[in-house]
Amino acid sequence: MSTSSRHARRLCAVIAAVVTVLGVNVAAQKAAPQPGSERQTTTPPAAPKGPALGVPVSAEEIAAMDISIGPDGAGLPTGSGTPKQGAEVYAAKCIVCHGPEGANGVNDRLAGGQGTLTSATPVKTIGSYWPYATTVFDYVRRAMPYPTPHSLSDGEAYAVTAYLLHLNGIIGADDVMDARSLPKVKMPNQAGFIPATKPRR
Amino acid sequence: MSKLKPNELEPAGGNGLLPRRLFLTSGIALSLLRAVPASAQQNVPAWMKAPGGPLRPYGDRSPHESSVQRIVGPAMPGTDGSGSSRTPLERLEGMITPNSLHFERNHSGVPDIPPAQHRLVIHGLVRRSLAFDLEKLSRYPLISRIHFVECSGNSTALYAAKPAQGGAGALHGLLSCAEWTGVPLGTLLDEVGVLPTGKWVLAEGADAAAMSRSIPIDKALDDVMVALYQNGERLRPENGYPMRLLVPGWEGNTNVKWLRRLKVTAEPLMTKDETSKYTDLLPDGKAMQFTFPMGVKSVITSPSAGLQMQGAGLYQISGLAWSGAGRIRRVDVSADGGKTWAPAALSAPVLPKALTRFRMAWRWNGEPAVLMSRAVDDSGTVQPARDALLGRRGAAYRYHYHAVQSWAVSATGEVRNVYI
Repeated sequence: MSTSSRHARRLCAVIAAVVTVLGVNVAAQKAAPQPGSERQTTTPPAAPKGPALGVPVSAEEIAAMDISIGPDGAGLPTGSGTPKQGAEVYAAKCIVCHGPEGANGVNDRLAGGQGTLTSATPVKTIGSYWPYATTVFDYVRRAMPYPTPHSLSDGEAYAVTAYLLHLNGIIGADDVMDARSLPKVKMPNQAGFIPATKPRR
Repeated sequence: MSKLKPNELEPAGGNGLLPRRLFLTSGIALSLLRAVPASAQQNVPAWMKAPGGPLRPYGDRSPHESSVQRIVGPAMPGTDGSGSSRTPLERLEGMITPNSLHFERNHSGVPDIPPAQHRLVIHGLVRRSLAFDLEKLSRYPLISRIHFVECSGNSTALYAAKPAQGGAGALHGLLSCAEWTGVPLGTLLDEVGVLPTGKWVLAEGADAAAMSRSIPIDKALDDVMVALYQNGERLRPENGYPMRLLVPGWEGNTNVKWLRRLKVTAEPLMTKDETSKYTDLLPDGKAMQFTFPMGVKSVITSPSAGLQMQGAGLYQISGLAWSGAGRIRRVDVSADGGKTWAPAALSAPVLPKALTRFRMAWRWNGEPAVLMSRAVDDSGTVQPARDALLGRRGAAYRYHYHAVQSWAVSATGEVRNVYI
């Protein structure tokens, strides 16, 4: 879309939005599109101006709800855990679904499968497929254990992550996972992904 | 009713395909398909001899239609509420999916969210972080759009070496289409003020999986909306009540339900569902990531597996076509396993990134036949044959299946899934 046509459409949308907010239909006769014409146009109209009803959110409020962890480690909390500590958490809360040592469970396999991605039956696990160790922590903390998500402490989440990385031969038995060490873990398949879509803006 | 001219029943394609004009001229096709019982007006049925039922504050469908149900798949052990239920495509007509039959794909059940306790927070690389609740969002300028949503795992059974047996819904029913009403996401992003460094938007749901996906900022500013209504009523709980992301044409997983948080970031956050899942493994061991748009696709819903043919004669072939790239330009139908093709009639309106209903008249001679449909979208992309699709992708691909579907009709009128 050209800048000028985007601008023109935006102007129309702004006018339409003002009309909507005021509950008046007069301007629609002239500048704004006819009622119904906005629906399913070939290219979608630019977003109309809103009535600015968003409520400011404090940094504390955001910190309390932002559970995202970036592949660079942004967002990782304080706390730490080791594979040994993680083995205890795993035995108590994960083994029922994921099986001993992350395999042969009734749910997703978590360990093994390295070297199988080019085979007829690839086994996609944390060790063979997942590109970032931070994703393991992020997912464990937001969604696991399945029946009681958000029940693990940050230390327990680090420990389970450490255990799963150790099971896959990626870190040593005594390696401590925390906000500094976890993003530095190099996953075996980190270079295995090709982005098909990139932002154009 | 206009009379048939002799040449109007001349075939348009092999094995009994009739011209699509049959559906464009008034009454002809219907008159051929409808059998009028003799002296029906002589009999007064019981329901005409007494007043009917009361007015009702909330309607239900006819009890005679109660067998039309979503096809609920099994959950993995210990994960009740997760997995998927499919739309029974072979039991529906038109382009809109009734809300009660819209497919479901949940990663940790359906949350019960009191709207007054829910809000959407937009933060990250923005000038001001803002929160919006349902009441506030409902005061924004709303838009309405008809769009399909398709799970990128739809039709994955068709990758298997042997043709899986199931109906159109069981095989392809992670697909629905609704009129969605909501606030353009661009309006809200305008209000928070995206910084020039903001290139991606992470969307997170308020379900127990806190399901999250990253979407490029240009798509977010293009046609994405925060949807509040589905076919005129508030979203159904299983479709994201009280608010969801609607990402037209892109894989269903990105249309995050129960939307609670949008975080503008410089890079994608590499969530579980954009790395370990919803990525496409190629034969060389590399995986394609962020394969968002759903490919051009079609499926004949009638006749299809599970529907029994009632003897030789005139039938209506009916099906759905759609593309994540835009509008459907044409759909060709074959009744002879792909030897000859004829264009089907497209039922208006034909909308971008929406289901399009196509129809075609067919005189079945009672002998075995193979029905196929092949869609072309307005980018000129043609729906691929299965061999061509698998040849490009290899055996480990699990998502984005969109090859031509073939239904074999037997001499006894049963229909089953076959590979051609």
